[in-house]
Amino acid sequence: MIVNIKYLGQIAEATQKIEESLECSESSISELLERLTVKYPDLKTKDFKVAQNQKLVDNDTKLTGQEIAILPPFAGG
Amino acid sequence: MNRYNRHIILSDIGQKGQDKINNARVLVVGAGGLGCPVLQYLAAAGVGTLGIIDFDIVEESNLQRQVLFGTSSLGENKAIAAKKRLQDLNCKIKIIAYAEKLTYQNALQLFEEYDIILDGSDNFETRYLVNDASIIVNKPLVFGAIYKFEGQVSVFNYENGPSYRCLFPNPPKKDSVPNCSQIGVLGVLPGIIGCMQANEALKIILGIGKTLSGKLFCYNALTLQNSTLTIKRSGSEINKVLKNKSDFSKRQMNVICEIPVQTISMKDALNKENVQFIDVREFDEVPKVNDLKTTSIPLSQLENKLEKIDANKDKVLFCQSGIRSQKAVSMLQKLNIKHCYSLNEGVSEIIKCLNENKTTTHVR
Repeated sequence: MIVNIKYLGQIAEATQKIEESLECSESSISELLERLTVKYPDLKTKDFKVAQNQKLVDNDTKLTGQEIAILPPFAGG
Repeated sequence: MNRYNRHIILSDIGQKGQDKINNARVLVVGAGGLGCPVLQYLAAAGVGTLGIIDFDIVEESNLQRQVLFGTSSLGENKAIAAKKRLQDLNCKIKIIAYAEKLTYQNALQLFEEYDIILDGSDNFETRYLVNDASIIVNKPLVFGAIYKFEGQVSVFNYENGPSYRCLFPNPPKKDSVPNCSQIGVLGVLPGIIGCMQANEALKIILGIGKTLSGKLFCYNALTLQNSTLTIKRSGSEINKVLKNKSDFSKRQMNVICEIPVQTISMKDALNKENVQFIDVREFDEVPKVNDLKTTSIPLSQLENKLEKIDANKDKVLFCQSGIRSQKAVSMLQKLNIKHCYSLNEGVSEIIKCLNENKTTTHVR
């Protein structure tokens, strides 16, 4: 399945892009993250949460989504 | 014409809604990039009691986005400078400035005094402190945070909704997320995000529309892309905070920020009602000040002469040029002596100002 992935905040700095579409055969969010971490090693140093189809989910959630967003916490004010 | 006419003629607000706004009590944590627009709109809307807590002072690099301040506010505490501006914007409301740091010791008592808490702080430690205190005293928290060109907004702890810990259970590794002073921020971004926070607060006060409770709104100013993501409430995260309630006020902040030295002009110092002027120069330094009551405590002896400092007064410290007095204020602040100011340009400013006053009085 084709998954559209959005990278927010500092995550986009680790991936050097704000979004991309990937052909995915992974069955869970954590498997997808493993693949992304190999592709973008800087992701290892980042804190983030994953949303699938506009819902924030745990990493053990099944990968079903057309749309994934990876978002870090922001501190600025 | 009523100040709030444009609210009142909206059928969803009306006089009844405006009364709710006028009776609301809102605390804003941080009068910075987010705090300024939040405060500006809530004061204009007539929020009856507005609390502002900020220990920081206004610096020139703040003026690019912190729109309540001007050149004349430089060196002044942000909570106090914001109050000055806001009281002019709306003299009908009560504004309380807390020129201090939010800590585990003062948070719960302070939050109890308000109906809604708005977070405009700029570091994770304070954000988690604000979140946990809101859970403990059970007050809704309007959250806003920014990074470069992006912002996040949500409403936490409202109508049994999630908290910040349901989204990010623990603060990130130290130093892994830089703040605005390290990486920069588009000036208009906190304006946009802060206005959204003010809007959420007004919806909570009025009980109209749909709030961002259970949702995280993410905004990108460069692409204008936004997403509203659903956050699930995590009972276990919230219970963890409640379970540690009794230890909350015993906790200590990890990051000890040095409180910056507040400077003051002689004109503003003379406008203060209850002031002690302290000369921190050595005894033999000239010129002496004759037309003003001063206490002489040389910097070299300051720590041993604390009994000469009047705890009930604002203390304006001066020296020859304003450098030693800054050191002295910083020294007193470390000893937890509050309300100390360093006079901008030292003794020459006092003499100049007193002479000008004399001349004006004479001409009159």
